[in-house]
Amino acid sequence: MVFSYYPGCTLKTKAKDLDRYARASAEALGITLNELENWQCCGGAFTMARDEIATKLSSVRALEASRETGLVTLCSACHNVIKQTNHAMANDEEFAMKVNNYMKLDTPYHGETKVIHYLEMLRDVVGFDKLAAAVKNPLKGKKIAAYYGCLLLRPGKVLGMDNPENPQIIEDFIRAIGGTPVIYPYRNECCGGYMATEDKALASKKSTLVMDSAAENGADMMITACPLCLYNLTKNASGALPVYYFTELLAEALGVKE
Amino acid sequence: MNNEMMKEQVIRMSGVNPLKCMRCGKCSGTCPSYDEMEYHPHQFVYMVEKGEIDKLMASPSIYKCLSCFACVERCPRDVEPAKLVEAIRLMVVRQQGQNHLKANEIPALLDNDLPQQALVTAFRKYTK
Repeated sequence: MVFSYYPGCTLKTKAKDLDRYARASAEALGITLNELENWQCCGGAFTMARDEIATKLSSVRALEASRETGLVTLCSACHNVIKQTNHAMANDEEFAMKVNNYMKLDTPYHGETKVIHYLEMLRDVVGFDKLAAAVKNPLKGKKIAAYYGCLLLRPGKVLGMDNPENPQIIEDFIRAIGGTPVIYPYRNECCGGYMATEDKALASKKSTLVMDSAAENGADMMITACPLCLYNLTKNASGALPVYYFTELLAEALGVKE
Repeated sequence: MNNEMMKEQVIRMSGVNPLKCMRCGKCSGTCPSYDEMEYHPHQFVYMVEKGEIDKLMASPSIYKCLSCFACVERCPRDVEPAKLVEAIRLMVVRQQGQNHLKANEIPALLDNDLPQQALVTAFRKYTK
């Protein structure tokens, strides 16, 4: 299988591990991820206002360029922004008209591209059973807390990835690589997000709640798909649990971590 | 602009119908920034309904929404309060000289690990 792949700004800089372990693992699983040429930053946050056009164009460009192949995202924020933009292109006629009017594409775009997160690729394209069969170094005995945060699942009706209040995709992933998932109450609550810029105290309070919740429920480590979650949990939370990108554990399990 | 015109503008931008709200308070109950806000998510809904846009525009609460979509997801009536917070913040930052985050403030916020994602998100939320 071949997909277009959108890495996003942070995976090229502060979150290189999230990216390179994902590429190595996809290759090991027989999937080719072709990085989109000339992709532009998604902007980090979906602008909810319906009259915001320019802020959504970089996502539309990535979507439009992936019509034939489908698009795989990895960073939670890119995933959220691009999927919400795609939904708006398909369902908000006035917005789509303005975008198409500006972009002057040969074929107007109306949300036809299928966008999936890397985790959805593992679940729906590879299959967690096939992934489990490909594991060389199972993470036996590791108690792993899946941290979904806010952007991976919500709004559930738009992202359509998993049940936003009782998700299981990362827990199923953890089982597939041989680990033991730890369920804890704060796994889908916000870490404080971009407030790490101007209100560190808030980011610290929120991320500490998340990490304490994981620790109290017996986790040895936490995993995430979001560079900003990883930052807040490692820099701003007061707990001491190690936090990894899920792709690092995937590469380790598949024996392709270098 | 008077409050009535601004109310219409906020409703058009957000696509939210505040009249759907049944005042259950679940949005504020689930908001991770609740403690930091002068006006809480449920108050945004009824203050927009009452047309008190100027008060909301003047409140620092508009910079506290994390855009985590918890209130959007959990509202039993699909009112989606975060969209009102965003529309009101945009009414402010779209005014000349009203950017909440300025480029020259960035160096002081940086550390070696701060992901680009945090900065681009803050810029998208706080500036035009």
